[in-house]
Amino acid sequence: MITFKSAQRILRRLPRENAFYFFTSIGNYTGASADSLEEFVKKILEVNVKSLEFHLYRGDLQKWIEGTLEDKALSDEIKVLQQSKPLGDELRDNLYLIVSKHYEKLKKSSF
Amino acid sequence: MKVRSDTITLDELDWSILRLLQSNANLTYAKMGRQLNVAHSTIYERIKRMDEQGVIKKYTVTVDLARIGRRPVTAIMTVFADPKETEKVAKKLAEMKETVEVDTSLSEELLIIAKVVAEDQEKLHEFIAQKVVPLQGVLRIRTSIVTKKFKEGEFPIEFLK
Repeated sequence: MITFKSAQRILRRLPRENAFYFFTSIGNYTGASADSLEEFVKKILEVNVKSLEFHLYRGDLQKWIEGTLEDKALSDEIKVLQQSKPLGDELRDNLYLIVSKHYEKLKKSSF
Repeated sequence: MKVRSDTITLDELDWSILRLLQSNANLTYAKMGRQLNVAHSTIYERIKRMDEQGVIKKYTVTVDLARIGRRPVTAIMTVFADPKETEKVAKKLAEMKETVEVDTSLSEELLIIAKVVAEDQEKLHEFIAQKVVPLQGVLRIRTSIVTKKFKEGEFPIEFLK
């Protein structure tokens, strides 16, 4: 059960230094970033899929969601997704489904 | 050696001393004097003057890291920045210990090119993701990791003569 307080916390806007920055490989920054879960959901559909693959298999998405956004439940869902080893559009579609569904749940709880 | 406003004119002997020092900064005044057929006291005076006037910026040591079992990562990082912020970003990069050289370049667009060093690839990525990307004005970054170094050096003095 997500409380009003925790939903609001997870949905907060982060300072620039805590945003998620999308890379396609070591040191290659795409120019896309997300400073909130809302922004992150949008970017899943926009960024190069190589970037999603790079970050999923390094554990960066899970780490940012759990450590910075403080959303362990969503991080655990992404860890399960990682175990099924999706690539390309399959990864993008499944990741979007998981994150957007979770985001809508949080939004309802935050009102 | 004459001083003209803030630039300094060097004579033939000064250039010869700089060439010798650039190939080996550890040469003694006596050795240089013998090679250039002048007294070692003359060499001493000339070097002292070039030091004081900032012609010689520093004496440095090039360490062969492979000989001491270290294999650090070197990368060439190209930063595409907002043109209004390029200068500020370049100055901030220049203050970071991970950058060994920072330049701006104008080809089709204004770029910052930096030579970056790190302990390993993970540390390199961490540096770029946590310290460079969040800088105001950074738009995107291309990084090439150096796989083999064929040459490293300073600007050859003889090109200026």
